[in-house]
Order: sequence, then structure tokens, then C-alpha cells
Amino acid sequence: MNNLSMDRVTMADATPEVGITVRLSDASVGDRGVIVDVRADLDGKDHGVDVEELQRRLLEFGFVEGARIEVIHEGAIGHDPIAVRLDDMRVALRRRDAGEVIVLLDRP
Amino acid sequence: MSQAALSPARVALVGNPNSGKTALFNALTGGRAKVANYAGVTVERKEGVVTTVTGRTIHVLDLPGTYSLRARSPDEVVTRDAVLGQLAGETPPDVIVCVADATNLRLVLRLILELKKVGRPLVLALNMFDIAQRQGLRIDLEGLSREIGAPIVTTVATRKRGIEELVAQIDATTLAAATLDAQTWREPDAGEIRDAHREAQRLMKAYVRPPERPDTLTGKVDSVLLHPVWGLVILLGLLLVMFQAVFTGATPLMDLIDAAMTGLGGLVAQVLPEGLLRSLIVDGIVAGVGSVLVFLPQILILFFFIIMLEDSGYMARAAFLMDKIMGGAGLHGRAFIPLLSSFACAIPGIMSTRVIDNKRDRLTTILVAPLMTCSARIPVYTLIIGAVIPHRTVGGIFSLQGLVMFGLYAAGILSALGVSFVMRRFFWRGMSEPFMMELPTYKKPDPTNVARNLLMRGQIFMSRAGRIILPLMVLVWFLSTFPYAPAGATEPAIDYSFAGMIGHFIQPALAPIGFNWQMSVALVPGMAAREVAVAALGTVYAVGDAEAATGGLSARLAAQWSLASGLSFLAWYVFAPQCVATLGVVKRETNSWLWPAVMFGYMITLAYLAALIVYQVTVALGGG
Repeated sequence: MNNLSMDRVTMADATPEVGITVRLSDASVGDRGVIVDVRADLDGKDHGVDVEELQRRLLEFGFVEGARIEVIHEGAIGHDPIAVRLDDMRVALRRRDAGEVIVLLDRP
Repeated sequence: MSQAALSPARVALVGNPNSGKTALFNALTGGRAKVANYAGVTVERKEGVVTTVTGRTIHVLDLPGTYSLRARSPDEVVTRDAVLGQLAGETPPDVIVCVADATNLRLVLRLILELKKVGRPLVLALNMFDIAQRQGLRIDLEGLSREIGAPIVTTVATRKRGIEELVAQIDATTLAAATLDAQTWREPDAGEIRDAHREAQRLMKAYVRPPERPDTLTGKVDSVLLHPVWGLVILLGLLLVMFQAVFTGATPLMDLIDAAMTGLGGLVAQVLPEGLLRSLIVDGIVAGVGSVLVFLPQILILFFFIIMLEDSGYMARAAFLMDKIMGGAGLHGRAFIPLLSSFACAIPGIMSTRVIDNKRDRLTTILVAPLMTCSARIPVYTLIIGAVIPHRTVGGIFSLQGLVMFGLYAAGILSALGVSFVMRRFFWRGMSEPFMMELPTYKKPDPTNVARNLLMRGQIFMSRAGRIILPLMVLVWFLSTFPYAPAGATEPAIDYSFAGMIGHFIQPALAPIGFNWQMSVALVPGMAAREVAVAALGTVYAVGDAEAATGGLSARLAAQWSLASGLSFLAWYVFAPQCVATLGVVKRETNSWLWPAVMFGYMITLAYLAALIVYQVTVALGGG
């Protein structure tokens, strides 16, 4: 856990504050930016697995600090799930599981 | 050295999903694979053999695709344990071949870093190298090879390019590696995954120059196919085409198989003298094999579509589009594929639930799969609808019979969604697994690969289903044949058999849902497969060859059944677990008798309730 928070601090320091940060779960189609944090905070939502496991899965899929991300598609019902371009690959996920990914948007 | 050169080597293929691993496996082994299950689990084991130019035999094991050695599904557990050499009954591989999509290296580099810790010799196959070249993607093979400490071979599996080089490299690597390095792999935590990504990122920066002409096609196609409105419209259109092909395209072949089996039965009947052996072979075995074989055309057409959709990259899009609808009922987006297959037959549907990681998600899908209207119900529906529903037009364009048929399909789908919703809400509280899925770039499916996979799927279906269905058909034949009718019997012979006894025994329980004793008796042989009920009804009503003369049977039923009884029988067939083969496959896939018992229990309860409501309401409305 210590390791994680260290990471977060260094990442946040390394990234210039040019835009606003949003949770990926709240991003809209067309939003693009850089991932600045992938958390394992208890958010009160049920993901089917614990938050540490969710965090590891996100990381394994390439949701990692420093990766470029753009929301490219969303589902018809409730704007869910979303498809994102993550560096050079495309990944689909549900908004419910995307809240731990913090994105620094390019637009101010 | 010559000793080692002669002893066979073992390699395991590991890679991300969509890396062309299966195509590479087919290119290496010529598509000749031995398919079985790993001991004790329901994960498919695929092994083939390749011979080197020096005459050495290499066994190639195709492991399930994965992003990480940190296993989350039964498939990934097999991959991890096989790679670590910890899988019971499996000889550890001499060399691990990591298959990578050359145009999508980032995630696989992280997997390679994990694989390095396993301590076994590693070879990296950079597959789809032609696409990488076309995109102007430059990879410093020498530098990358030095950094990861493994030889790299570039391949184009679909064109068989680089295959000889890969075999030679595997051969050389097994001979060179005298001792194994220490196995230091353990489950990485979040920090270690981040570190590995950073390292992979460094390798990407140092040795891979981004493509000059990146793929823009996928983005353009996706803007249509993943469009919130048009995407769904296109998906529905595609499903429509698929069903049309499955149901009308398969008919001539099915008729041909049916005729061939009837002919074979007739031939046997001519050769063998009248008696028990002839009855066993004609009515039990030939009819049993025929009842499996007759679904093969539909299943092959269905699998053809599924393989095409998977190989082109569309299947992931379909799961994306369907996820919200499926998720609302507590199902995983990937459950879409198994449930779709279940429209042809629940057996391949249940077998394909292996793509679902989470055990509960998978069980839910298995349990509701038989509610989808499988093609074995069609003969039953057609017969009963023809007998009791008037041939009339509704609203100017719709045929009433067609509407009833549509209603039965809709009832199946809605009840499957309803049952899974209830299961999730009340029995397995909690949401399903996180849904995360790569949307691969679109690719043109390779015809040879499609043909090979299709052939293999067909063989698997025949051997698995055959092994379960055949003995059951013999059992049902036994029940319907013994004991014989007494001399001078007035009723059809089946009435005196065990099946007849069971039918008469359960009839009082079925009286409230409007089943007469003939219907009750037909349910017993109808357990073998749903469509057998048609032949069984023919037998009890003594219409002789009911399948050739459904018109006669239909007229007979129309005269003898009330509308309420007919509708009740249809409602029964929407839900009832009238298929022992499905229950047998569920036992196999879940490794327990609990789940087939649960399935039987809930389905028969629903069937009884639905038939009861339909019967009583229709009688109250004057349809009795």
C-alpha cells in the first residue's frame, strides 16, 4: 500500500497541471488525456471482486499512469459501457469499473 | 547430442488473445490437433505434432490466451500451471513460445517479462509481421531480442511464413538449454505490474518505431459498427441473416441426413430378422445417431458464423453492444455468444460458456441456456401449432400461427433473462465480474483457418454429444420397448411398456395442466430429445410413421385435443427440461450432479406453472 501512494505522489508531481482531472467513469465521448492515477479506493460500488483486484486488472489491461487515453464510443443505454483508445489499443469496460482511473484531460 | 536430437521436444504456445496463436498452431501442426479435456477441469487441451527437418518430433501444446500469468479463469489457471510445469498429468514444456501480434506489442511485452521469471527457455514469435511491415512499423529485432534474452522469429501464420524458421529456432533452443534457470515467478502486486509496464514502455521506446501508416480502418468501421443506434441495427440485421442461414440453409442437408438414416434403418431391417436385435439397432442406435447427426448442418452453419465473427474481430463489438442488455439481467456481455449458440442447440451453447471467466457468471449462463428455443423444439412447435392454432391472418399481414411461433421464441428469451435476473438478485447477491475486453483491430478471416476450426468444432460436437446421446437413446428405447404388449392387446404396444407405465403413473399429476394420458406417455421418450415427442405422439396415436405423415398426426391431434391442451403443451415445451443430453452435458461441464439437478428442478417447476396458467386461463375463456 505504501508503495502505491508513493507512486501516486511521484506521478502527480511529474504531470504538469494543464487541464482538469476526471474519473474515467464520468468522461464523455471525445474526452482525451493522460491517465494520472489508478486507485484502489473503496467506492461503495460492487465490482464482483475487491478493489485491489480491480486495480490489478485495470493495470494489466494497460490502464497505467502515463498512458494516453481517449473515450471513443459508448453504449446506447445509459451511455454504458464505454470503449477507449488506450495508447495503441482499444478496450471496452463498464463505467462502474472505470471510476478508479483518473484522467488529466487535454482540454482546459 | 544425437541422443538429444532424437528425443521428442515439448513446446507450449502462450500469448494474448487475438495474437493469432491458433492460426500459428494450425500452421505449425498442419491443423491436425488432438483435442481433449485437462483432467478434472473443463478446459480444452489442444495438442499437435510437428517434425523438424532433422526428423525430430516436437509436441506443440496450444494454451488458452491470457494477458497475465495471474490466473482469473479456469482457462488461465491451466495456462499458468502448464507454463510453470505444475499441471497434474502434463509434462512441463521444454520451450515456451510466446506468440505476439507484432502490431500490438505493449501488453505482450509485460507478459514476456513475467514469462522470463518462469526460468524456462523462451522464443518470441512476432506474428502478423506482414501487417506490421505494411503499416511501416519498425522493430529492432536484434536489440529487443538481446534485452528480453530470447530469440525472436517473425511469422505470418496465415501465409505459413516464418514457420520453418520458428521450428528450427525451437529445435535449436531445446538443444542449447542444458539447465533451467530458477523459477522465480509469483503473483505480482499492483506496484510490480506498474514496474513491468514501465519496463515494457522503455522497451517500446527503445526498439519499436511507431507505424508510419497506422491502421485507420478499424476506427472508421467502428464509428459505424459501434454507433449507439446503427451499431445495434446492424447487429440485429446480422443476427437475422444468421438465423435465416441456420434455419433455411440447413434444411436440405438435414432432410438428406434424415433420409439417409431412414434408408439405413430400412436396410438394416431388411438384413436382420424381425426381433429384439433389429429393434435395438433400427429404433435405438440408428435413430439415436440420426438424432445427433441431423443437427450437425445447423451447428456447422452456426459455428461458421461464430468463427467468422470471432476471427474478423466483430464478436468483441457484439459483446460491447449487448453488454448493457445482458448486464441488466445479471449476465456477462460474453454470455451473448453461448446463448446465441443455444438457439441451434443448448449443448454447443453450454460447451462454449468456457469463454466466461467467473464461475457464477458461467453457471448462470449454463442454467438459462436451455431456455433459448433450440431447433429440436421446432418440430414440436410446428406440429402443435398446425394442429390447434387456426390458419388465419391477423392485422392484414401477420399469420396467427407465425405470431404464436414468435411468441414462443420471445417467451424463451424473456424467461432466460428473467431467470438469470432472479438468480443474481436473490441467490447470488453481488454484481458480476468487471467487464474488460480488448477490441481487436479488424482482420480478414483466413479461409483455411476458418475451415480447420469449423472441422474441429464439428468433430468435438459429434464425439461429445454422441457419447452422451447414444447411451441415453438406447435407455429410452429400452423403456419404450419392454415389457412387450400382451397377446391380443388393443392399445399400441408402447402403452404396455415402462414408458407407458410411467406416463400413466404421472398422468394424474398432469391432469390440472390438461394433459391426457397419450400426452403424458409421449413425454417419456421425449426426454431423449425434444423432437422425439413428435414420433412418440405418432406411436401412441398409432399413426404409423408420424414424421413422414405429420399431416395425418396433425389432423388427429386437431380432432382430439382442445385448444387449451394444445397451448398448455406448447407452454410446457418452452420450459420443460425435455432433453437428457443437455443435463448430461451440464454434469460434464460443472463436474457435479448438483447443477443438472437444479436445472431440472427449476425448469420443470416453471413448465408446470406456465402450462397450468395457460390451461386454466384458456379453459376459463372458453377454450377447453
